[in-house]
Amino acid sequence: MAKIRSIEELNQLAATYRKATDKVAKRILVCAGTGCVANGSLLVYDALKKAVEKSGVVVDLDFLLENEVQSNATQLDKSGCRGFCQLGPLVLVEPHDFMYVHVRPEDAEEIIQETIIGGRCVDRLTYTTPGSEKHFDREEDIPFYQKQHRQTLSNCGHMNPEDIREYIARDGYKGLARTLTEFKPEQTVEEVLASGLRGLGGAGFPAGRKWQAVRDAAGQTKYVVCNGDEGDPGAFMDRSIMEGDPHKVLEGMTIAGYAVGATEGYIYVRAEYPLAVERLSKAIQEAEEFGLLGENILGTDFSFQLHINQGAGAFVCGESSALVASIEGKRGMPVPRPPRLAQRGLFGCPTLLNNVETFANVPFIMRKGAKAFSCIGTPTSHGTKAFALTGNVKNTGLIEVPMGTTLREVIFDIGGGIKDDREFKAVQIGGPSGACLTKEHLDVTLDFDSLKRAGAMMGSGGLVVMDERTCMVEVARFFMDFTQRESCGKCIPCREGTSRMLEILERIVAGEGTEDDLNTLEEIAYMVHDMSLCGLGQTAGNPVLSTLKHFRDEYLAHVRDKRCPAGACRAMRHFEIDPETCRGCGRCARNCPVDAISGEIKQPFIIDPDKCIRCGACVEQCAFQAIREVN
Amino acid sequence: MATMIVNGREIEINGEKNILEVIRKAGIDLPTFCYHSELSVYGACRMCMVEDDKGRLYAACVQPPAAGMKIYTNTERLLHHRRMILELILSNHNRDCTTCEKNGSCRLQELALRLGIRDVRFTQKKTAGSVDVGPALVHDQSKCILCGDCVRMCDEIQGVGVLGFAYRGSQMTVVPAFGKKMSEVACVNCGQCAAVCPTGALTVKSDVDRVWTALHDKSKKVVVQVAPAVRVAFSEAFDQEPGTIGTGQLVAALRRIGFDRVYDTCFTADLTVQEEYHEFAERLRTDGHLPLFTSCCPAWVKFAEQFYPEYLDNISTCRSPQGMFGAIAKAYLPKELDVAREDLYVVSIMPCTAKKFEAQRHELGQNGVLDVDAVLTTQEIAQMVREANLNFDKLPAEAFDLPFGMATGAGMIFGVTGGVAEAVLRTAARAVDGKTPPVEFKAVRGLESLKEAAIKLGDQEIKVAVVHGLSQAKALIEAIKKGECSYHLVEVMACPGGCVGGGGQPLPNNAEHRELRAQGLYNIDQQRELRCSDDNPMIERLYRQYLGQPGSEKAEELLHTTYASRRRISGEEVAVEPAKDAKTKIRVCVGTSCYLKGAYDVLKSFQESIKECACSEEFDLGATFCLEHCNGGPNVQINDEYFGEMTPSKARELVQKLAVERD
Repeated sequence: MAKIRSIEELNQLAATYRKATDKVAKRILVCAGTGCVANGSLLVYDALKKAVEKSGVVVDLDFLLENEVQSNATQLDKSGCRGFCQLGPLVLVEPHDFMYVHVRPEDAEEIIQETIIGGRCVDRLTYTTPGSEKHFDREEDIPFYQKQHRQTLSNCGHMNPEDIREYIARDGYKGLARTLTEFKPEQTVEEVLASGLRGLGGAGFPAGRKWQAVRDAAGQTKYVVCNGDEGDPGAFMDRSIMEGDPHKVLEGMTIAGYAVGATEGYIYVRAEYPLAVERLSKAIQEAEEFGLLGENILGTDFSFQLHINQGAGAFVCGESSALVASIEGKRGMPVPRPPRLAQRGLFGCPTLLNNVETFANVPFIMRKGAKAFSCIGTPTSHGTKAFALTGNVKNTGLIEVPMGTTLREVIFDIGGGIKDDREFKAVQIGGPSGACLTKEHLDVTLDFDSLKRAGAMMGSGGLVVMDERTCMVEVARFFMDFTQRESCGKCIPCREGTSRMLEILERIVAGEGTEDDLNTLEEIAYMVHDMSLCGLGQTAGNPVLSTLKHFRDEYLAHVRDKRCPAGACRAMRHFEIDPETCRGCGRCARNCPVDAISGEIKQPFIIDPDKCIRCGACVEQCAFQAIREVN
Repeated sequence: MATMIVNGREIEINGEKNILEVIRKAGIDLPTFCYHSELSVYGACRMCMVEDDKGRLYAACVQPPAAGMKIYTNTERLLHHRRMILELILSNHNRDCTTCEKNGSCRLQELALRLGIRDVRFTQKKTAGSVDVGPALVHDQSKCILCGDCVRMCDEIQGVGVLGFAYRGSQMTVVPAFGKKMSEVACVNCGQCAAVCPTGALTVKSDVDRVWTALHDKSKKVVVQVAPAVRVAFSEAFDQEPGTIGTGQLVAALRRIGFDRVYDTCFTADLTVQEEYHEFAERLRTDGHLPLFTSCCPAWVKFAEQFYPEYLDNISTCRSPQGMFGAIAKAYLPKELDVAREDLYVVSIMPCTAKKFEAQRHELGQNGVLDVDAVLTTQEIAQMVREANLNFDKLPAEAFDLPFGMATGAGMIFGVTGGVAEAVLRTAARAVDGKTPPVEFKAVRGLESLKEAAIKLGDQEIKVAVVHGLSQAKALIEAIKKGECSYHLVEVMACPGGCVGGGGQPLPNNAEHRELRAQGLYNIDQQRELRCSDDNPMIERLYRQYLGQPGSEKAEELLHTTYASRRRISGEEVAVEPAKDAKTKIRVCVGTSCYLKGAYDVLKSFQESIKECACSEEFDLGATFCLEHCNGGPNVQINDEYFGEMTPSKARELVQKLAVERD
């Protein structure tokens, strides 16, 4: 491949690729995101390939560029994540845009016969709303997708992420080309500033101001670093972008390099994302071959090199200064600031650090202009935000919504409401250091400032929905267990404070807490918040403080009455045998693993609460539903 | 002048690096565990957090001062949080305070007292565990509060870096690599880690009991030597100002404790000058290994043996003054004191922890019997004085015993950085012009990291360098290696400030104290009648009666020593395809890192391609262990050139290219 030397050449190439793709009418896209691969989508891909070959030909872009095709040709590709992971493996068939869910290899034959040859939809493979029999043939009709605005994720699921040509065909690298030909570096910074793009890694610091600071910092050598160390449990926004649209990240970083005056950049990816590492590596190699990365990009004087650095699995390395230390080969521990990274970052040089999603927004801004970006969202938070929606909602997965969408819309429209139509209780937002919001917050809009006012934070974009059966003390314990494990151990407040908070929370859920414990817990949480060295510690107490604020009654029930209102804390479960219903068969006593049940045959049995380990085996065994759990 | 407001009072900003310094200048002793002005800012203990008028919190050690800043140090929440932090540390600290080595000099204990902590609400986490007892230092993890002071000291000031953090969160510990013991790693026993440790996690290994046993043993004659830097720090243990000269009281105390003879290490320092100057002059005359590095500091010697074995021939063969004293004492005193050699017990009192290690070097002994039997640090002798119930204030000033109790000013200044160089220069200056009175060489004095001086010896200009702190020594050697500078004589002291800042000195052992102690030694020197080692009549007598002249056979035997490389990797080579007269020497590194990256395949490829081109007599192929470029492996050395990232195909190409060149 000869290197692309100008924007004209890039446009020409894009047209060529589009024309080639248009030659073939039918295209099957098998989702090859991590979730679908884990569900067996690669086997589905193989089966589809075999099935197509029986009656026609499988073609790819290489073939299409050189040959004319017959009507029985089908293009078969693997795509990035489509977001609706719980329904994987997902298969999309174009041009009908039929979306098939839970596809098994044995469905391949039918898909080919019915859809590819017959042009009909295979109804049994389409999405149906839980609880109703309504079928949705096409992706865009599914409620999960309807309120979304997939801008950053626009390519994810619609193209093969391992082929740069598909990215180019979808206007890829046009933002970079426009930047290099029409913008001076300082104008690029101004454009990003004008777009109002804010850091999507959590804090929401205006990206343009960060870029400006690095641009203004003194120093010959500067670096651009991409934070791909997405460590929040359950979050996979950045992973999906890196896996599904790696070139977008590369393009954004290259534009940033040009803007701030850097010629080298690092992508810091967790080693637990092997597919992202693989696809990014391939993307870097391809971009270099095409002259879109490396020396003299697009025939200009601008050169930019990119390296991938794999993190070794420490949550704290998502903190900017710890991340930089980790790239330098040091222990991943945060460094107190000032100086900020923009002044003294990687290898002592001014460094621009943004997260994956932030960089992935840049090509759009530079291609379509700041206005096109800033017209989406709220007056202070522009653009969109991706969230990983999980927990007790009907539809879980990766979503992208305009800033300003309400929690209610996300949970009840996109998420389809609470699973099994239970009661909504709370939503945990912002990862392990985020806060819990309740019913009264359902109309809070998802944007940096509203969330802050509500006492929460955007974080990287985790949304865990909880229903009435969720114990909020247990939620706090769960997140505290995570943060104390992931504390680097450097500063005393975080190291000692998180482990003591966990100790207290463990005591409370075990039914051994006291009211004094609640005061101590609060006291430590505030201290850790005020005194910790880095963001990890400063926010570690949030789950505790927000649950204490909104669900204090639940804490009190645990410590005063030794009762878990949600019925979730095992240590506080109590079982009783209803003497009226009990027939005295003795089955429960025989199945009790600790001989806690006794009685005479044909007389009501009783449970000794001191011996009972609250396993619930008796409840399952009783044929007369005579044993019940009391809260 | 710019000012800021601290607790409502206006304070001038005068070039302070951070607001902590400004606050302390204002007379507010904001507590810290991890702040030391000579180390990098770590910002981890969070005790020095302050609040501004907008309620924002800052770590004072990190934040640079700015004009107009309004800072409060004792707001309600700060006091509350500070106490909570301390309570949390205490709950995770082995609180055996009454029996702790650091009882009375522990920073944690002091702050618990100061902040009035009376109750620790949390369950005790750390309890007494296994303790790593090394030759000079004791490492007790159960006392560690993870402030990282030792880690930064060892790495930044000493350039050794044997201590590091392992594990994360509440599992974090400070340990040598792979959880090894301190004695198994490159620790040079300088004790600076213990000098900065705020708690009892790193302490000096006590030999007090061994010495008491010897003192109580009727069959033993126990003699003691006192190093120069001890006399200006000893009294600090009894609440005197740093730098107070306490020689007389110390001698008196030692006699009352029961030592049979009390001698002065400064005497053998004078002896060292004689031997070392002789050695230096010989090297100058014969173009021997130069620069000559001093050998008085055992931490430096071990450092060189570990990291710079290629410079061992440049280190003076002179034993340290402690070593010389031990040898002379064991050789000379049995007759003098009418005691069998094996019943003579030699004790050293040193400012230094590394001397404990040095005394155990087998080179410094005869037939397996060591010359120095026990080494006590200044801290330990102060402890013995207390144990002996001696009232420091009531001690009279007494003089050392003769003959080894007489010393010149030159011997005294051995205890401060630049002192050894200055003492040698005094003798050198005398040697050129026999009448020159001893002069002061101010250029080698002071606490700058590198000091240089040049003096004319006859028609030759002698260039001298003085460094203290081993990372400075490292930097200097690297500069010498690169040819950026060259010297004839280099004095190296491991501890900042020289022996006055030794790891065994009373606490606090900070820059301010070190400077005052150094001044104390210069004061002693100035008060001396005799200030050049040549003028010590007892030295002259020792040579006349016993040793002959400097460098004599007897002197060589008793006063000089040998060194050996302590490199972990021996650098031994394995012949693969040896060729005696080969012009090209190929060495393939098969150390662990290169091996894992495929060094064996590279080696095989070399072997095969040499055979293929039928030129085996041209190449001498061998394997070697670690060329120390592990990052870029597999590595190959061809004659003097290094090649990294070698692959089998590149190896083949190289052989073919070299073979063609030979043709």
